[in-house]
Amino acid sequence: MPFTPPPVDDVLAALTDRFGGIESSVFRGQTRVVVPVEQAFETLGFLKDRGFDLLVDVTCVDYLDYRDSPMQMPACGGHRYGLIYLLASTTTNQRLTLRVFVDDPRPTVPSATPLWEAANWLEREVWDLFGVRFEGHPDLRRLVMPEEFTAHPLRKDYPLQGRGERHNFPVITRENS
Amino acid sequence: MADAVATAESRKPKAGENAATRSEDYLWTLNFGPQHPATHTTLRIVLKLEGERVVDAIPEMGYLHSGFEKIGEHLTFNQYVTVTDRMNYISPMANNVAWHHAVETLLGIDLTPRCKVTRTIIAELARISDHLLCNGAVGLDTGAFTFFLYGFYQREVIYDIFETLCGARFTNSYTRVGGASHDFTPLVIEKIRTFVKTFPKTLNDMERLLTRNRIFVDRTKGVGVLTKEEATNRGATGPVARASGVARDLRKDEPYLAYADYDFNVCCATAGDCYARYLVRMEEMRQSLRIVTQAVENIPAGPINVGIDERTALPTKQQVYSTIEGTISHFELSMSNRGFEVPTEECYASIEAPNGELGFYLAGDGNETAYRARCRPPSVLHFALFPHLIRGHTLSDLVAVLGSLNIIAAELDR
Repeated sequence: MPFTPPPVDDVLAALTDRFGGIESSVFRGQTRVVVPVEQAFETLGFLKDRGFDLLVDVTCVDYLDYRDSPMQMPACGGHRYGLIYLLASTTTNQRLTLRVFVDDPRPTVPSATPLWEAANWLEREVWDLFGVRFEGHPDLRRLVMPEEFTAHPLRKDYPLQGRGERHNFPVITRENS
Repeated sequence: MADAVATAESRKPKAGENAATRSEDYLWTLNFGPQHPATHTTLRIVLKLEGERVVDAIPEMGYLHSGFEKIGEHLTFNQYVTVTDRMNYISPMANNVAWHHAVETLLGIDLTPRCKVTRTIIAELARISDHLLCNGAVGLDTGAFTFFLYGFYQREVIYDIFETLCGARFTNSYTRVGGASHDFTPLVIEKIRTFVKTFPKTLNDMERLLTRNRIFVDRTKGVGVLTKEEATNRGATGPVARASGVARDLRKDEPYLAYADYDFNVCCATAGDCYARYLVRMEEMRQSLRIVTQAVENIPAGPINVGIDERTALPTKQQVYSTIEGTISHFELSMSNRGFEVPTEECYASIEAPNGELGFYLAGDGNETAYRARCRPPSVLHFALFPHLIRGHTLSDLVAVLGSLNIIAAELDR
């Protein structure tokens, strides 16, 4: 039998006590909690105090192809960007996924760097590839793309082969260097 | 080395004490990389130095960025395994296992007992080869060339095992959804048995060469210290976290594949310096060897791929030619619009890769291509640690710290 992670019922109960109705779902034994963007930082801080001391990953999904489709992706609820915070506890081995949804034109979420130093580069990567801003981030620069790049390539409206940026990169020859 | 840090602290200009002249006059900037023998891969660090002491380091990455996650949205679950080979190319087998572990979690496939055990064996062999190179490179950078060659010879033996298994030495692309491309043959098992018998001798030799070597110990002990709290807060996993005393190993904590059946220990240290990371990796190789020894003698019989009714793995030629279900299944799996069904759901699954927690966050949209294939690379979080670890140390300590974090730029940039 595949391994099933330890249950997180106690955490869900505590979250409901603290924040009222919390939308949660379970898939393959993994519990996901959806919180509105205004509550995101407070919830993350609350979960950190409850023992989720390891921020495993911060990432994002662009639901552009699905937000208007009748066959909606899980709980995307018509939003465009779904941020994913994967939390884990190094003591109890519980895991919890926190989802936050944001939209165009200016997708912004509060940064988790005051809570976890690990969020620093992970959020820079999400900003770089999806263009989601993290408010309060100490150093929100691009991580993997060059600084002069303007697009956010993991968005669904960005073509796989690029928009010709590669051909327009400045060429430095030995003579003009 | 503790007082070295203190010296660097005290040399920092104090507030109000004509700070501008002091810091501007004595600091100089050194560009390290992107091409440098000690980076081993393509990454760049801009160092601010005061004499030989590192005041600050600004890591820069992206030189090898090739859009692996974007490609993951356009290749099918079976095709993408070739791209995972190129992430951490020091142990491609572990990446293959991680990728298909995530895919099978999304699809809800339970592997056959034989596949679980064989995947465990190759994942552990990949861990040994990764640790051999990582520790070998630390030795190489601190001046122990022989140690590196001892390690590389044994990596060659593991390459031979993989070549016998699947024909490829380096980029294996071994796993498939619900199984593997090749089954273990008696020759492979014999080669693994030989390796298990001969490897401890080399490992003992390697330990005798370096573990109590005065030069090596002086250059790594007390260098790049990471405390337990910082390790967790900064997202370190794997040997880096365990060397700082975080007793977290997904093989024990979330036993996937067949790990629950084997007897092995989780290796931890408390010092958190480069030397502790070296020791943890050396001991982990012994533990991996224990797992392989137990597993290779008890490989269950039976098929390596899941059955035809799961409609994910290709049936055997015997089934294709002699049964109607086999023919239909083979035909449908080969057609682009009749592949296997994927739930419209999202999930995350991770394994304990040699470098740390290697996970994939997959979003499925019903097609046999992922809607989003996020790789959680341990190297990114470990490279983010680097400025914190190097501050206050000398330029020559840089190679020891960088080596002990085992940063693979292809996995870093993806």
